[in-house]
Amino acid sequence: MTDVAGDLTPRGGHATRAAAATAVQPGATGQATAWSVAPGPRGRGASSNQWRQRLEIAFFVAPALLLFVVFVVVPVVQAARYSVFKWNGLGPLDDFVGLQNYLTALGDQIFQRAVTNNLTIAVLSIAIQLPIGLLIALLLNRKFKGQTAMRVIVFVPYVLAEVVAGVVWKLMMQPEGALNAFLESVGLGGLTQLWLGDPDVAMVTVMLVLTWKYVGLAIVLLLAGLQGVPEELHEAAQIDGASWWQTQRKITVPLLGPTIRTWMFLSMIGSLQLFDMVWILTKGGPDNASVTMATYLIKVGTDRNQYGYASAVAIILFVISFVLATLFQSLVLNRDTGDDKSAKRRKKVAR
Amino acid sequence: MKRTAALRAVALGAAVAMIATACSSTSGTDEPTEGAGEAVTLTWWHNSNTGAGKDYYDQLADEFEGDHPGVTVEVTALQHEDMLTKLSAAFQTGDHPDVFMERGGGELKEHVEAGLVKDITDDAADTISALGGSVAGWQVEGQTYSLPFSLGVVGFWYNKSMFAQAGITETPTTMDELYSAIDALKAVNIEPISVGAGSAWPAAHYWYYYALRQCSQDVLNEATQTLEFTDDCWLRAGESLEELVSKQPFNSGFLGTEAQGTPESASGLLANRKVAMELAGHWEPGVMQGLTDDEQGLGEDTGWFAFPAVEGGEGDPAAQLGGGDAWACAEDAPAVCVDFLEFMLSADVQKGFAELDMGLPTLPSATAFVAAPELAQLLAVRNEAPYIQLYFDTAFGVNIGNAMNDAIVTVFSGSGTPQGIVDATVAAAATE
Repeated sequence: MTDVAGDLTPRGGHATRAAAATAVQPGATGQATAWSVAPGPRGRGASSNQWRQRLEIAFFVAPALLLFVVFVVVPVVQAARYSVFKWNGLGPLDDFVGLQNYLTALGDQIFQRAVTNNLTIAVLSIAIQLPIGLLIALLLNRKFKGQTAMRVIVFVPYVLAEVVAGVVWKLMMQPEGALNAFLESVGLGGLTQLWLGDPDVAMVTVMLVLTWKYVGLAIVLLLAGLQGVPEELHEAAQIDGASWWQTQRKITVPLLGPTIRTWMFLSMIGSLQLFDMVWILTKGGPDNASVTMATYLIKVGTDRNQYGYASAVAIILFVISFVLATLFQSLVLNRDTGDDKSAKRRKKVAR
Repeated sequence: MKRTAALRAVALGAAVAMIATACSSTSGTDEPTEGAGEAVTLTWWHNSNTGAGKDYYDQLADEFEGDHPGVTVEVTALQHEDMLTKLSAAFQTGDHPDVFMERGGGELKEHVEAGLVKDITDDAADTISALGGSVAGWQVEGQTYSLPFSLGVVGFWYNKSMFAQAGITETPTTMDELYSAIDALKAVNIEPISVGAGSAWPAAHYWYYYALRQCSQDVLNEATQTLEFTDDCWLRAGESLEELVSKQPFNSGFLGTEAQGTPESASGLLANRKVAMELAGHWEPGVMQGLTDDEQGLGEDTGWFAFPAVEGGEGDPAAQLGGGDAWACAEDAPAVCVDFLEFMLSADVQKGFAELDMGLPTLPSATAFVAAPELAQLLAVRNEAPYIQLYFDTAFGVNIGNAMNDAIVTVFSGSGTPQGIVDATVAAAATE
């Protein structure tokens, strides 16, 4: 039952373009191999049937594959090519500079700050959103009046378009904006800040808004995972005299493991590629305080017509995301797909 | 079983959706191609996309079509930032308009090197000589590539009633006078100056002006050519800026403030009477009008004064920082394109342009028709300036310019130094 929730989460969480792409890709190729291998042993007698199946596969897979190649593979290869040239976007690619663009980027203090900021956001997002998400999900999983309404309200920030939410926050966080006015009016005047104009505060501001925006996703995914925790286990625990708190800690949270890990994966990838919210709130400023790899790419790369350099930064961003994603996949998510997992889990539950 | 059925349904749905998008995207690229015929079509992009300015340009296009049978002028009016973005994309794909706006400096040089702009030195010789010195910013190696139609200078726009409230009777002409104006405004609880440091270039204009005041014209010209900043006047420019920043004259949160566009932007703060002044170009009255409810901007309270003199500087105190817009033809545009440029710079067209306050006309005969008093005052300062330095970021091109602007912002935030500005600029120049 937990597997269902685990299966559903990647499809439900098209949080980022990368997530969508990775969700599409294994699906497409997985289907293709599974189906083309299966009819093999049945022999050549069923060749017309086999051809029909192949046609079917081609018919269903080709459009997705084509889109994937044209919009993902080709741009990545192009970026890799541009990244070894110095190119201002005009005229031919004829100034080959080798790895110079990569060396410049890696040696640039602001890019280093961008990488640090991305990693900080990735770690803090999980550290902050996981406890909040878990608590609210557990709360919303109890039966009470207005449960559905509460679930919708909690999820609303995530559904709002990023740009709309960003612009509204930006307006509220102006020096004379609603947020400071609110703090003053409830007697917390000491907490008023130049939310977007103070280099020391900007990252805090970005984290606040990101938490507000994305904790809804964590809650919904965890709620979905909670549906997969069998009711009987709770009943059994209750009979054994476990308190509500003990039940959650010993039964619910361990059973939520796969969901939590999948959410962590999505959150991490989203944090590494973070662009839109930061761009709207601060443009990576003030004074590069909240710069991320993606805003750096736009500001120092494309805004300065340094398309070769921008491509090199994009490739570095790609490599960092790819390596971290693979590491996470093999070290953490593997536990959920390994063969021995069901046996282990049964043991855990039985304990 | 139920699950696989559901999965199949989902897969089918997804496949159908993908086919649908695939089909629609191919049909979307099916652009109508231009019908081949004797008729010539001129495509023209401009940025007067609202009100009387847009109507005026539409009317000019009709007039030109009337005078030149067989010529169709296809006008596209775009919001300024949109136009710049689309233009830069258009130049990369080769699908660019015949007539477009050039801002001179490094950007024009790049376009010339890439063979995108028509050399009009001989074809438009008469108009070029009528425009005189204004054309200088649009020449590359002695050849002229576009005709400037508006040329403005940067100065302080201020709120007259706020200055009166603070007891400031004379507008500042030296830095010391500016400092005492700042103190006087602070004394009556008015934030003295708004600056859009979040957008970088409005903050950079301060350093540009200090460089203009500290460095002699020879040093400036040499730096624009050689990209070397060895003279210590460049450092003194940064020190002057540090001194101004240390007086804390700027609106609260200025590091996150944008240049224009919203009521909280630097221009919006001035227009909505939250601050007393702002350093900005000739576009400011128009920008402010769009940022207030009554569309009047500061109205009667709008005042202007030139950037003050800096004591001990080697630059001419009357020299101004400025820039402008010019019309250019694409290299592959039809020959009639040059006629269109000359038509746009004819006395009548420039007169109408001036009367509508669309900009500051470059043709000397048209300058008398500028209606708004503060703009007329600005125009007088422009015409008396011994030389007008093009905004450094435009002059050096977007790569060096943006690196320089970002470094200037670090001085505003207190994390950078005058030497840092020079270093960042030299480092970016090395990547050219």
